[in-house]
Parts: sequence; C-alpha cells; structure tokens
Amino acid sequence: MGESLIPIYIMGKRYEVPEGLTIMKALEWAGYQLIRGCGCRGGFCGACATVYRVPGNFRIQVGLACQTPVTPHMTLMQLPYFPVNKAIYDLDKVGSPLETLLQLYPEAARCLGCNTCTSVCPQKLQPMYYVAAALRGDFARAAELSFDCIMCGLCAARCPAQLVPYNIAIFVRRYYSKHMRPKPQHLKDRVAEIRAGLHDQALAGIAAASEEELKKLYLKREFEKL
Amino acid sequence: MGYPIEMQESIRKLEATRAFRLQQEIPRLTPEEKTRLLEQCHPDFRPDGMRPVRVGPNKGQRMQNELVDLLEAYSRIDPDRVDLSRIDYDVDVLVVGGGGGGATAALIAHENGARVLLTTKLRLGDANTMMAEGGIAAATQPNDSPYLHFLDTIGGGRFQNKRELVWALVHDAPLIVEWLKDLGAMFDTHPNGDLVVSFAGGHCRRRVHSCKDLSGMEFMRVIRDELWNRRVEVLEFSPAVELLLDERGRCAGAILMNLETREHIIVRAKAVILATGGIGRLHPNKFPTTNHYGATADGLVIAYRAGARLLHMDAIQYHPTGAAWPEQMLGQLITEALRGNGAQLVNVHGERFINELETRDVTSSAIIREVRDRKNGVRTPTGMEGVWLDTPLIDIRGGEGKLDRMFAGIVHRFREYGIDVHKEPILVFPTQHYQNGGIEIDPEGRTDIPGLFAAGEVAGGVQGRNRLGGNSLVDIFVFGRRAGQAAALFAREGPSPGKLTLEHVRRYHRELAAEGIEKGRVSPLLLPDYTRPEVKERRYS
Ligand SMILES: Cc1cc2nc3c(=O)[nH]c(=O)nc-3n(C[C@H](O)[C@H](O)[C@H](O)COP(=O)(O)OP(=O)(O)OC[C@H]3O[C@@H](n4cnc5c(N)ncnc54)[C@H](O)[C@@H]3O)c2cc1C
Ligand code: SF4
Ligand code: SF4
Ligand code: FES
Repeated sequence: MGESLIPIYIMGKRYEVPEGLTIMKALEWAGYQLIRGCGCRGGFCGACATVYRVPGNFRIQVGLACQTPVTPHMTLMQLPYFPVNKAIYDLDKVGSPLETLLQLYPEAARCLGCNTCTSVCPQKLQPMYYVAAALRGDFARAAELSFDCIMCGLCAARCPAQLVPYNIAIFVRRYYSKHMRPKPQHLKDRVAEIRAGLHDQALAGIAAASEEELKKLYLKREFEKL
Repeated sequence: MGYPIEMQESIRKLEATRAFRLQQEIPRLTPEEKTRLLEQCHPDFRPDGMRPVRVGPNKGQRMQNELVDLLEAYSRIDPDRVDLSRIDYDVDVLVVGGGGGGATAALIAHENGARVLLTTKLRLGDANTMMAEGGIAAATQPNDSPYLHFLDTIGGGRFQNKRELVWALVHDAPLIVEWLKDLGAMFDTHPNGDLVVSFAGGHCRRRVHSCKDLSGMEFMRVIRDELWNRRVEVLEFSPAVELLLDERGRCAGAILMNLETREHIIVRAKAVILATGGIGRLHPNKFPTTNHYGATADGLVIAYRAGARLLHMDAIQYHPTGAAWPEQMLGQLITEALRGNGAQLVNVHGERFINELETRDVTSSAIIREVRDRKNGVRTPTGMEGVWLDTPLIDIRGGEGKLDRMFAGIVHRFREYGIDVHKEPILVFPTQHYQNGGIEIDPEGRTDIPGLFAAGEVAGGVQGRNRLGGNSLVDIFVFGRRAGQAAALFAREGPSPGKLTLEHVRRYHRELAAEGIEKGRVSPLLLPDYTRPEVKERRYS
C-alpha cells in the first residue's frame, strides 16, 4: 500500500487518505465507524453499494465499497438500501414457470433492453440477459446467468423501467431448482434410510464407545482416494 | 499489479517441482506428531494469548484475552434506569441474529405456530453464513454413512465434542440437504442429477456439497427469501444488548438497541433463541479474520451475564489459508475446497511440507512452523509472510475449466488484482475463522437457562476443539431447526413468563466490583472500531 496520501470527498467533506485503500477502509481511516453499508467486507453480501464520481467524467459510477480502491479526487456517497418490490409467493404452489413469473413480476415484461443494469453490476453479471432468458421461459439459463448475484441492489437502483432484476432472479433460481431439477436418487435413498431409523443403531453404538475405542476406530478409517 | 519480482522467483521454483509433487505422497501425521505440532505452533497454546476469567459461571477458566476483556465489563445499560413495564414487542419466540442459524430457527418456529420476531444487528443476512464458500457436509453418498461422519467429526474435534450433539448433527445432515434442495437451493450436480461432493480436511469421504463457491450465500439467500415470503417480522440494525429474565430465572426476552437512534427496545418473549455467530472481529491473538463485520461475540457476553455456561472457549479456529497478498485481501478466506480438489501447500523453495487434507488446526500449525520456525516463508513487500497454495494444479488434475466452474469467485477476486490463479499460485497464511466453542447446549438447542436456546456458531460442544470443513453450515441448520422447534414448543407449553427483571445484571456488576474491576469498559461490543488512534483522540471523550 502506497504511503502517499490522496484527497477524496466523503459525503461532501474532504479527507486525505492513503492511496490503495478500498473505499471502506478509507471511510474508516477518515474516522467513520460504519453502521449501514458494511457487512462481509469481502464482496459477498452486497451491503456496501457506493455511488461516486471522478473528475473529468460526467458519469455517476457505482461499486462495492469493500472492493473498490479510492482514486484521487473521488467524490463518494454510500447508497442507503432502499425499498424494492419483492413478490410474496408459495414455492409449493406455482403454476407454469413463465406465467407465474409474469404474475409475480408483471413489470418484467416492460424491460427496455437498455442494458443499464449490466453496466453497473459489480459482479460483472448481465442482468438484462438473465431477465431476457427468464422472459423466454429459459429458467435454466437465467438461473445460471444470475447465480453470482450478491443482491447489492445497484441494477434496481438504475433501471429506468423500475425492474428489480435480482428479485426476479431469485424466484427463477428457486423455482428452477425445486421444480425443474429432479431430486437425486442417492439423496432420497439416504433420507428414507434415516427416517426409517436404519442408522440409529450404528450411531448409538459409536456414541457409547469408550474414548480409547473411538481413537482406535478413528485411526483405522480408510480414506476415499482424492 | 500482480506479484512483485522477488515473489515471482519463488513461483519459478514452485513450477519446477510441480511434476514431482503431483506424484508425491505425504503421509498423514500420527496422533503424537499432531499433538507435538499443535503444542509447538498453534496460537491457542501461546502462553500470553489467554487468561482466566474472574467472574461468572466459568470463573477461573482460561479464554482468549479479547473475550475476557468483554466478559469482565459492565453492561451497556444501567439496569436502574430501564423501565421494564414499557414493552415494545410481546412475542412467543424472539430470535436474535440474522445469519443462517437465526433465519432457520425463525422459519421453523414460525412453521410450528409461534409468533416470531427476528432481530439482527445489521441487515438480515449480513452474517458469516453469507460468506461460506466450501459447502455443507452430509453423508448422502452410497459409500458414506452418518457413522463415518460421526467418527470424522469427533476425531477432528480431538474427541472432546459432546457426543449427543455430534449424533444429532450427522443424523440430521442429509435431511438438511434435502430441506435446502426443497427450498430451491441450487446445488452443484453431475449431469445425471447426482450431487457433487468434495473433500474437506479430516473427512474420510467426499461429503461436502456445494453451490459453486458461493454455498453459504445461496443458502442464506434462499432462506431469507422464504422468511420474507412467510412475512416473519424482522428488525434490522437492532442488536440485543442484554437478555431479560423473570423472577424465577427464566429467560423472558431481551433489550435491543436501535443502532441509529440509540433508543432501547424491550421485547418480552416466552422463549429466546440466540444465533449471533462468532468472535472473529475481536481479532484473537491479533490475527486477521475471515469473519463479517458483526462477529463480535455479543451472544456469548449476554448469555454469560445471564448465567449460561460456555464451553471450549479456549479453542479458536485459525483457517490455514487466509489471503496474505494482496494487502487489500488480507485475512480473507481462500476456501479449503481448493485443497480438497488438489491444490497443494508449497514453501518458498517449492517444497510441500504437510498433507493438505490434515485437519485445520494441524495444517495451520504446520504453516506457522514453516514460516516462523523454519524460515521457509515467502515474504511480501508489506512484510507479511506466507506459503503458496498451488491453484493451477486444479485444472491440471481436474481438466481445464474446473477452476472456472467451481471457483469462479476466487478467480474473479484475484483477477481484480492482476493475479491469474489458473497460472499463478496464491499466497496464504492462517487467519482467524471460527469459534469452536460457545454456549453449552443440548441436542434441542437448550441452554442452562430455561427458555434460552442457542444455535450455530454461538453454541458450543458440537465441534469439540476443532471444526471440520463443511460442518458449520450443517450445524447451523440442524440446530437452528431443532432450536426453532423446541422453542416454539416451549413457548406453547411452558409456563408463562413472570415479571421481567434485570437483577442478573446487577448481580454481575456486583461480582465485577468485588473483583476490583473498575467501570469503564462496557459490553457487548456490537461493532468493531477501525478508526485510527489519531481520530479517536480528537473525540475527547
Ligand atoms: C469466510 C467464511 C467461509 C466459511 N465457509 C464455510 C464453509 O464452506 N462451510 C461451513 O460449514 N462453514 C463455513 N464457514 C463457517 C460458517 O459459515 C459459519 O460458522 C456459520 O455460517 C455461522 O452461522 P450463524 O448463523 O451461527 O452465524 P452468522 O451467520 O455469523 O450470523 C450471526 C448473525 O447474528 C447477528 N448478530 C451478532 N450480534 C448480534 C446482536 N447482539 N444482536 C442481534 N444480532 C446479532 C449478526 O449480525 C449476524 O446476522 C465459513 C465462515 C466464514 C467467515
Ligand atoms: S445483478 Fe444487480 S443486484 Fe445482482 S450483483 Fe449485479 S447489480 Fe447487484
Ligand atoms: S436496466 Fe432495467 S430496463 Fe434496462 S435492461 Fe436492465 S432490467 Fe431492462
Ligand atoms: S461489505 Fe459485503 S459486499 Fe461489501
């Protein structure tokens, strides 16, 4: 990390912070104890969406505070997380995929194909394409394309047609996974064995073993090959 | 950016030994060798890292200094100033914590007919659960069994786990995988639909089920979505700061704090489930951590003050592979699944020094020995030292595309810093990862205090003194579910709570004073403070 300090503007105030820090660490360096806008600190939770501008560029830029390094004269503001539409549904009681989707999220059909969502996504996903796939009824594709979504909300924040791509995506993934992918036989078998109590005796036996016996059994285990 | 020249020299050595290493078998350590290695190198054995706690149910037992500091502290609230007759919420079951354990408990308690309130410190889902990459352990394969899972878990825990808890864990594990699948979690599958399973250290079978390298996120997203679908009431940014008991010593609710207005909220509940997760943000032994921002041991502190016993709080898990470069990623988790799929640990000279599938405590100790005692570490420009994790081996062994398919998250994160993990290794060093111990529970999640339940990382006894990879995600769902069920039943059939009191806090304060512990430090911590001393000084308070 460079020792040199660079000026940045946090919610209007100027601070000098070390170059190379992430926005999140720069906020803390400047003296902010974060309450909102901080969760995993590792790019997983989507809590830290931040809006910023850099000189010489008229565009609003967005990114995750825990992943984006500060640059000289950056002007930044953390995005409060705002209310969005989330459909309420019973995953057990759904009809045909596309019909259900349009019932839950009729606005999905209004997608303009403008691709604004894609240009803001910090995960480099293409929400426009997963929304389009979902609208074609290709849930497998939509699920695959949206899998890495951290639900940070940036796409919804910028969508001119007021879609919430990430909530559409999670419905699609859950529907796909539950209703369109079969439950594996080996899982069904094991669950049935357990429900029938077939493993109880073995477990009772080993739970009652002396520590010495346990240690012996432990050392004698055979390892499946890597 | 990428690796500086000095580090690249070591990478050349690693490449030169790769063909040899692919054939090389490193035997597992004997129990004696393991014990010696742990005693020499594991941070838990550092003489100055722990001290006995002077008050409370575990008085006299050694624990991490950073935790003892919080246990030997005064409440954030003055019990004499709280008006307990002003009740803001009156519910059957209060769930404290919005990670996987808490969300599951809330969902199941709700399913069992309870009026549920879930309160959490940050947003619902801002939790360690969200970050879990590797996956969830369960004996779902034909060549596996709950029996073998039991044996691995208890051996991994150095035979100190509570056996009835391990039993519950391995017994319910396959049921949990089915439950998650039914909730719509997208597990990795083979083309025929069978679940993909990987190794994690200490397991004798492949039994870790994944959803790419975002397993925890997938489970958390799905359960959270379901909580919303069922309209379970959720309070965010409202951490619990103290439990409430009734005059007969039963747990009967909690005091929460609105983080932004600093007002307190009083919740009366017939049963309370603590699921506040771990301790990483206390930075035991000054280690970096993989944990999320809110992992500050709050649940331990408030349960302890109310009289619950803690178990194994001198056993902290350091994950062998935390990122040691680039600086921006320091301490972040590099999933064990990489080793489970064939990535090797290699020192500065290009040599392996441990079987990569040893348990985490042993592997971490071996890395610390390699770097500190044997001086075989790779040094970074910022003065950090670590060893290599040879990630290109994954594609070499598993065919091109495997890294992208299974570890897209890692590939993506390192690419941002100019490192291509298909071609270059990752520099790693142990990082604080998990609290092995916690509040003592029984198989239904009950604590010593009637009406108080605990589940997930905040609870202790399941994992013994060391947890195996994949065993925490299964733990939070198994015990989250059991606690949710048991708490709903308790709320329905148990006696109604009596008059609310904070007498236990007064008693605890008297105990502190009797030990000569001065006022000044308060707990729970709630949020870590990463501002600089220069800034703090100018707060003049
Ligand atoms: C980076 C990482 C990777 C991991 N990978 C794996 C893996 O692959 N497999 C595996 O099995 N395990 C893994 N683990 C461990 C596992 O994810 C956690 O142990 C587990 O998710 C803990 O779940 P929990 O519900 O107990 O706690 P958490 O998920 O941490 O949730 C705790 C919740 O409580 C809230 N909270 C804290 N204090 C308070 C308070 N005072 N009042 C109200 N709410 C509060 C927090 O904000 C949070 O929402 C990993 C952990 C990390 C950090
Ligand atoms: S798709 Fe939307 S919510 Fe998901 S990560 Fe991208 S911008 Fe964030
Ligand atoms: S921003 Fe909205 S309207 Fe534009 S492509 Fe994305 S989802 Fe469609
Ligand atoms: S803090 Fe979680 S994504 Fe940035």
